[in-house]
Amino acid sequence: MYLSNRKSKTTFNLLKFNPPSFLLQRLPLLRVSVLKLLLQYRALVPRSLFTCCSCWENSCLRRSAFKTSLLSGLLRSLLLFTLHPHLLHCQLSSSLLFPFWTPPYCRSLKLRMKVKVVSRSTDEFTRERSQDLQRVFRNFDPNLRSQEKAIEYVRAVNAAKLDKIFARPFIGAMDGHIDAVSCMAKNPNYLKGIFSGSMDGDIRLWDMASRRTVCRFPGHQGAIRGLTVSTDGRTLVSCGTDCTVRLWDVPVATLMESDGTDRSPQAVYTGKNSFWNVDHQWEGDLFATAGAQVDIWNHNRSQPVNSFAWGTDTVISIRFNPGEPNLLAASASDRSIILYDLRLQSPARKVIMRTKTNSICWNPMEPMNFTAANEDCNCYSYDARKLDEAKCVHKDHVSAVMDIDYSPTGREFVTGSYDRTVRIFQYNGGHSREIYHTKRMQRVFCVKFSCDASYIISGSDDTNLRLWKAKASEQLGVLLPREKKRHEYHEAIKGRYKHLPEVKRIVRHRHLPKPIYKAGITLREMTEAERRKEERRKAHSAPGSIVKEPLRKRRIIKEVE
Amino acid sequence: MGVEQENGESEKILPPIEQELADELDAKVKKYLRGEGANLEVLKDKKLRGQLSVREELYGISAKAAAKTEKWLMPSEGGYLETEGLEKTWRIKQEAIGREVDISSSRKQYDIVLPDLGPYTLDFTPSGRYVAVAGRKGHLAVVDMKDMKLIREIQVRETTRDIAFLHNELFFAAAQKKYTYIYNRDGVELHCLKEHGAVSRLQFLRNHFLLASINKYGQLHYQDITTGQMVANFRTGFGRTDVMQVNPFNGVIALGHSGGTVSMWKPTTAAPLVKMLCHPGPITAMAFHPNGHLMATSGKERKIKIWDVRKFEVIQTISGHAKTLDFSQKGLLAAASGSFVQILGDFSGSQTYSRYINHSMVKGYQIGKVLFRPYEDVLGIGHSMGWSSILIPGSGEPNFDTWLANPFETPKQRQEKEIRSLLDKLPPETIMLDPSRIGTVRPPKSREKPTKQEVEAKIEGAIDAAKNVEFKKKTKGRNKPSKRVKKRKEVIEKAKRPFFDQQMEDNPTKKKQKISQVNELPTSLQRFARKKATA
Repeated sequence: MYLSNRKSKTTFNLLKFNPPSFLLQRLPLLRVSVLKLLLQYRALVPRSLFTCCSCWENSCLRRSAFKTSLLSGLLRSLLLFTLHPHLLHCQLSSSLLFPFWTPPYCRSLKLRMKVKVVSRSTDEFTRERSQDLQRVFRNFDPNLRSQEKAIEYVRAVNAAKLDKIFARPFIGAMDGHIDAVSCMAKNPNYLKGIFSGSMDGDIRLWDMASRRTVCRFPGHQGAIRGLTVSTDGRTLVSCGTDCTVRLWDVPVATLMESDGTDRSPQAVYTGKNSFWNVDHQWEGDLFATAGAQVDIWNHNRSQPVNSFAWGTDTVISIRFNPGEPNLLAASASDRSIILYDLRLQSPARKVIMRTKTNSICWNPMEPMNFTAANEDCNCYSYDARKLDEAKCVHKDHVSAVMDIDYSPTGREFVTGSYDRTVRIFQYNGGHSREIYHTKRMQRVFCVKFSCDASYIISGSDDTNLRLWKAKASEQLGVLLPREKKRHEYHEAIKGRYKHLPEVKRIVRHRHLPKPIYKAGITLREMTEAERRKEERRKAHSAPGSIVKEPLRKRRIIKEVE
Repeated sequence: MGVEQENGESEKILPPIEQELADELDAKVKKYLRGEGANLEVLKDKKLRGQLSVREELYGISAKAAAKTEKWLMPSEGGYLETEGLEKTWRIKQEAIGREVDISSSRKQYDIVLPDLGPYTLDFTPSGRYVAVAGRKGHLAVVDMKDMKLIREIQVRETTRDIAFLHNELFFAAAQKKYTYIYNRDGVELHCLKEHGAVSRLQFLRNHFLLASINKYGQLHYQDITTGQMVANFRTGFGRTDVMQVNPFNGVIALGHSGGTVSMWKPTTAAPLVKMLCHPGPITAMAFHPNGHLMATSGKERKIKIWDVRKFEVIQTISGHAKTLDFSQKGLLAAASGSFVQILGDFSGSQTYSRYINHSMVKGYQIGKVLFRPYEDVLGIGHSMGWSSILIPGSGEPNFDTWLANPFETPKQRQEKEIRSLLDKLPPETIMLDPSRIGTVRPPKSREKPTKQEVEAKIEGAIDAAKNVEFKKKTKGRNKPSKRVKKRKEVIEKAKRPFFDQQMEDNPTKKKQKISQVNELPTSLQRFARKKATA
């Protein structure tokens, strides 16, 4: 920006001024000393200018300038004074050099002010060449942005709407099984691979990227009930109703492209009863099977290394703790959840609930917590150290929850239910954040979160595996930084205005299949009626005789040590 | 440096320079904080309080960051005019200013003399780059002020009362004799807005894409220019006016009427939000400060008043007549009447306006409109002989924001901005007196009526308290037991009184009902009703 502050400009202009060429040519010939010259002109030059020039000259001397340059400088100023009175007046009038003396024309004009106006040159504010980026200037002054809060709110509403528009969670189905998919296992060592077992004894390895079968593992005579992969990703363990446990070699990742090859089992161990579930230890080479009792197996032994039994009922699901390798949780058909410690001779603790628990999953980031998928449409999060009360009850399903799996981040989990839907819950949220359903998806028997927390796989009664996005409106593929920033901004403003009715309504709205919608209403009516009845009973009995228990406690019958 | 220390022990004494810097930064931070933080002490929910306190902290950090980066992001300093000694700023002539400033700025002082088709009115785009001028006799022109190029001029051969740019320089609306028309930059007539009628003033609400107009019957129209829908159509009922101004802070439209009232309108209610009597005579002009807190009005009785719009109170009354008023981005107030323009400025910081610059046009020129050019130290003047432009140092914001209003906008940028602003288009409901209420939570409902038992218990308590009051020992004669009992009774009655008053207020009296019954008689029977005895 051009600065018209004369005070600072005075000296510059004096220095820049070039004397006429004829004077310059003569200068070397003039062998007159500075002082002499000054004396000579003393009468002509006012005293202040005289002192000024001498000062200036001194400073030049200090800078070891040429004498000629001094002379020229002096002459220059004199010349200015004599030849260009108007210029001089402009430059010197505002300066402090002449406190006492002002030329007569200056007095008449009275110009002692300082003025500056906004002035922009186009070159400074536009790009130089067309290949350059456009120049961007920012001014975050709130006064320039009127109604910014209203604009932000409108953006939040639009972001919520856009989210709904882009919510396309279903990626594709993987078909190939000829019976219902009963169990799945993810390969901890290979992101794209997923194993699935079906009710007719077929085990398949799928490539999630191409959604095709990579290979099959034939051999089981009855339904597959449990599948698990060792932590190193080399061994697949399967068990089923044909009373066998089979160990398989997992094909190496590079060979995964080869299609249609059948594998043969590495080992077949036979038990006395049919197996219901199997899980591999996170660190170590043990795996546990559930059935009439809990058996602990080693890869190399055909007989279980250890067996636990508590009561006579069948154990239907089993899971090792991700943090403590010797700890495992199981659920039995006597409605109990049992904790086992492999270092002890007998099971450690047991909690009996009012309904059966179908599946259990530990939170991988908070390994003391686990969530149980219950038959009564709810999931219950427990702290393993404190089983007399659930930490959180996750409600929303309208039928039994069949399977549950935590995201590797530990912040959310996915559940599959007998009501033909898949739901995603926050680890501490009472209600689901998302519901997935399609017309063709039947009862969901197994769900898995992918190892990168961005996909969900569900296996259902209709013999298909389905691949979903974990965030329904997420943009897949590599994002540009600008896109990423935009998404982050949208998330932030949605979070900021999420309590406002309009935003809340749009974010919460889900289209549900009619039966599920109706069932939800019925369920709510039932709970409401129960609550009312309880209230009335309380109102008509002696004060303090009926204590209302929270739902977190109500569904627990007792805890056994 | 100063900020870090300010965070720590505030008692620490800083070296003078650093202290000064810290103070300066504090003032800037305050600007970016946009008001006080919420009071979290009253919250009982610990979790919520924690979350909100984190959020408040983030706001503080971002405000501080904005204040610190201001130095780098906003390098240009504003203009100024400073005098020394006995000189006064208002004695400085435009010629003197023009001599002192650089050449490109001195080019911004000009008079365009068009004696045939005047008087002229004008409107700037928000970036200040383009100006649309309209002569009373139908001369419309759009001029690019950056390189002083005439883009297009047309002659509509009809009385034109006002002109307004729409969302960008490509479209403008002109209020003509019978109807309002929308033209594009090439002068092609795009729409004829017949519903508005003979419009006297046009205003465009940028955030809402609403074109507001007041016609000669005093009807206020709001039309959405993106969809063409007529959002609102109100009869103001205050008669004809040509004083209309949008408050840029909240989008509320203010109308100045001949009765001396100013009424404020929003498109979602048919009654004015505010009616305020500002002057004893007709209102001649009105202007709003860009921050929305100040309003200036001028009346025929030769007074200019500065109002606090938040409290609806007069801050200052200045004597002088103004046919037109305008606030600049930095808060200078231009007032013009006849051929004389006066610029007032608030230099004390206490919202008292004093004269800053005076400017006289050629005698006989009648100024119809003054308008500050955004982001420039320039005042545009529309008058009976054309239009002029003078330099007012310190009136414009020196630093522009590329994403808000860019004087060097390329066509590509303009296209992108059009789409973005359409995405952020505000619904008409967001126009309200206090726009900061959007996104806030409704305060908790006041408690319901106390039950009968509670009221009785309260009365009992009050009576008990009154019974136990200790009286002073009075002199002989006044301390008799009968007097004391009487006094006690009085105290008890006094204690009961407020409760009974409350009950009376809650339940309407039976007497009043009787009177209403009398009035409810059919008109033919009313003469038989008992009349009140005349006094």
